[in-house]
Amino acid sequence: MSLLNSPQYADENKLSAGRRILQQLHIDLPLLLSLLILAGTSLFVLYSAGDRNMELITRQGVRLMLAFIVMLAIAQLNPATIRFWSPWLFGLGLIMLIAVLLAGEIGKGAQRWLDLGLFRFQPSEIMKIALPMMMAWYLSEASIPPSLKRLILATLILITPTLLVAKQPDLGTALLIASAGIFVLLLAGLSWRLVFGVLILLAATTPVVWNYLLHDYQRNRILTFINPQNDPLGAGYHIIQSTIAIGSGGVYGKGWLNGTQSHLDFLPERSTDFVFAVFAEEFGFLGILLLLMIYVFIISRGLYIAAQAQDTFSRLLAGSLTLTFFVYLFVNIGMVSGLLPVVGVPLPLVSYGGTSVVTLMAAFGILMSIQTHRKLIAY
Amino acid sequence: MSDKAPTTVSRFRLKVVTGAVVLASVILLWRAVDLHVFRKDFLQDQGDARYLREQPIAAHRGMITDRNGEPLAISTPVDSVWVQPKTFSTAYSEWPKVARLLDLDLQKMQRKVLQRKDREFVYLKRHITPALAQKVMDLKLPGISLQREYHRYYPAGEVTAHVIGFTNVDDKGQEGLELAYDNWLRGVPGRQRVLKDRLGRVVRHLEQLKKPESGKILQLSLDRRLQYLAYRELKRAVLRHKARSGSAVVLDVQTGEVLAMVNQPSYNPNDRGQFKSSHTRNRAVTDVFEPGSAIKPFTVVAALQSGRFRPGSMVDTAPGRFRLGRAVIHDVRNYGRINVATVLQKSSNVGASKIALALPVDALWKVNDRVGFGMSTGSGFPGEAGGLLSRSHRLREIERATLAYGYGLSVTPLQLARAYSVLASDGILRPVSFLRVSGPVAGRRVIRADIVKQVRRMLEMVVQPGGTGTRAQIAGYRVAGKTGTVKKATTGGYSEDRYIAVFAGIAPASQPRLAMVVTINEPRNGVYYGGEVAAPVFSRVMAGALRMLGVAPDESDNPGLQLAAFARPAGGRP
Repeated sequence: MSLLNSPQYADENKLSAGRRILQQLHIDLPLLLSLLILAGTSLFVLYSAGDRNMELITRQGVRLMLAFIVMLAIAQLNPATIRFWSPWLFGLGLIMLIAVLLAGEIGKGAQRWLDLGLFRFQPSEIMKIALPMMMAWYLSEASIPPSLKRLILATLILITPTLLVAKQPDLGTALLIASAGIFVLLLAGLSWRLVFGVLILLAATTPVVWNYLLHDYQRNRILTFINPQNDPLGAGYHIIQSTIAIGSGGVYGKGWLNGTQSHLDFLPERSTDFVFAVFAEEFGFLGILLLLMIYVFIISRGLYIAAQAQDTFSRLLAGSLTLTFFVYLFVNIGMVSGLLPVVGVPLPLVSYGGTSVVTLMAAFGILMSIQTHRKLIAY
Repeated sequence: MSDKAPTTVSRFRLKVVTGAVVLASVILLWRAVDLHVFRKDFLQDQGDARYLREQPIAAHRGMITDRNGEPLAISTPVDSVWVQPKTFSTAYSEWPKVARLLDLDLQKMQRKVLQRKDREFVYLKRHITPALAQKVMDLKLPGISLQREYHRYYPAGEVTAHVIGFTNVDDKGQEGLELAYDNWLRGVPGRQRVLKDRLGRVVRHLEQLKKPESGKILQLSLDRRLQYLAYRELKRAVLRHKARSGSAVVLDVQTGEVLAMVNQPSYNPNDRGQFKSSHTRNRAVTDVFEPGSAIKPFTVVAALQSGRFRPGSMVDTAPGRFRLGRAVIHDVRNYGRINVATVLQKSSNVGASKIALALPVDALWKVNDRVGFGMSTGSGFPGEAGGLLSRSHRLREIERATLAYGYGLSVTPLQLARAYSVLASDGILRPVSFLRVSGPVAGRRVIRADIVKQVRRMLEMVVQPGGTGTRAQIAGYRVAGKTGTVKKATTGGYSEDRYIAVFAGIAPASQPRLAMVVTINEPRNGVYYGGEVAAPVFSRVMAGALRMLGVAPDESDNPGLQLAAFARPAGGRP
């Protein structure tokens, strides 16, 4: 009873009515609000990046709406259901990936699309969610940390889709899929000795990867990343232009719609992968600080949900999805600001584009499901 | 169930991972600070360097007007289309449209642009109307831009072509007064800062760094109406007499202003496709000829100045031939014993020669030199010829004799007109000006006024019945003038069938206002005498000029008696 008198509980009681409704709707309010803010920011920036093209805004708005609906729909599913379907989804994704390699459509030099008659569709996007689901499912079947046998099998599960996507070739997505899997492994309790061992192994095999596994254009990107001035009009152009755009924004930015680098066509891919540079030029360092704060809030909420999760599957999945979201962010901003080589990873939820938005929101749907079904499992 | 798995491990892992996330975020933030704060200036400069450009603003070239402010050369804004070959090539499939709009040969255009692929700037077509230029820009092709320029338009076309000259496509004076006064006419181009996008298109004009200064207006001494009249009459005469070329110059004798200067053949300065150097030359200034009998008034001036001759002094020209060594000087007819005035009236070569030989060796040279032969007129016209005048003390006798009737020296029509304006202004030599002059112009006295007046009266006789220049008469006005029919010098002596018909005269004779010279080069239609070919042009142009200038007729005070007084000692011969 004394607990009920504590201020904390008084608070809970006051809000309990609202909370209960949200719980019933399976909505995590902090996550929903911050995602809405991010989506609004996206439309705002795209209006400028797309040279006030209302059609573009409308299209992205519709996509975002669809994605939110998908998120809320998935949030209604019980984590147990999600867990049940994990192997099936993974299997389906794997089949589609193979189908893409055999009969996919080629766009921008890569074979990524599957034409299902009604709509075109990138199966690799499914893998972004299906792989961590599968691995979380597999590893949570037994006690963790996993046995060596399970670890090897899990690694196989990880590698198969990654290689299939990398083969398309789509290095960015492959990277995201792989990191989602690796995060599951890490969270599942991979022994630190093994982690460092793998790291050392990776460093050792770098020359092999460099010489035999990477495509010419990928090697080129990395070389250019090391020294953009090598080829200022070719491969280095993107990086040079985007760092100039970011830096010339200064602390306060040039103001919305006033970015010269972006509006005068100097900045490539400014609605999609390089939208961050537009944002940075127009809103400056302070704008970036705010944007990063929104992202950090979303990520910490995700990690909080993972920490609060009550079963291994949920915890592994929530942690992996959240961290993958961060990888998204880190790789994109790192690439645009010249810290990382150019890899085709969009700025999550802000860049223009369809499938990735839906996948990302589906992941947040899973997070919401995990968070809002918590107590139901406990009692 | 696996739910019993040790979650504490997972919590620790989450913390480690969270730490990694924070670390990565800090790295991103640090990078942002680095770019936004520490490298901001450098990156901003780099950014500016990518789209800020300074461009010249073409200055408006000054207008050229006639003495009454009528435009003779106007600059109108036009656009020139240029491309950045590399960028423009990305729209290769659209080139036929551009070529069609600009009326260019597609293959030539392709060659022109593709051969210059390493350049940043290639003109496609210059000086097109702004309306057409807009059509080209409406195609919205990459790498194609406009440049505002000014195109020179000459409303009077071929009539003023020689005097005014022309500019090149870069708006720089190339010929004539456009060249002579280029600095005056040319403005100072301004500079502006513009915003350019990646394809080099000017997106916005930001600021004017320096205002372009327009060139100044140049007001000429020419009278457009008179210029038209002179041109029409000269052209008609050149055509009728099938002549090779011709020139006419009208000077205001009180100011030295050139009121009209025309040549044949001419050209249309507005059509640059048909330039020929033989057509673009301002022959009245650049071409010299031997003046022939038109020089005789100055021989008479020398005679009167020497004191050895008076207007009535007799000279024996019989039998119409004069042998000097191996050479023989001819007259058209045997005029017998005639006075000095009649030597002029009949244009006797024998008489002029005998007078010259009776004078001090350098007497002729002195007069010719003082009235401006053998030197530039000071007009400042590009390519002006100075003519040739040799000191007589070095000359042989025959050369002194031929100098007396206009051979052995060369002059330009402008020089001859200027010399006649000395006769018109009672002996004052003034510089020639192509620009309008306000107020009286100080000159230099080169001949005594009384002698000039006497010679002028003699020259009036030339156009009176019995003279060689009767066709130069103007109803209502007294005219003084002299004909010349010059045999052209060819290799190996003087031609017997190629002539220059000359008439030089002044009007009104009682109080001269204008001096005019007409030369018709190689009339080939039967007649070739100066009095028949050139004098009518003089008459018609001068008549119109006097009327235009509102000069009062002076024939009522016709000094017929005085003429009779000169004529009497001639023994009544016509």
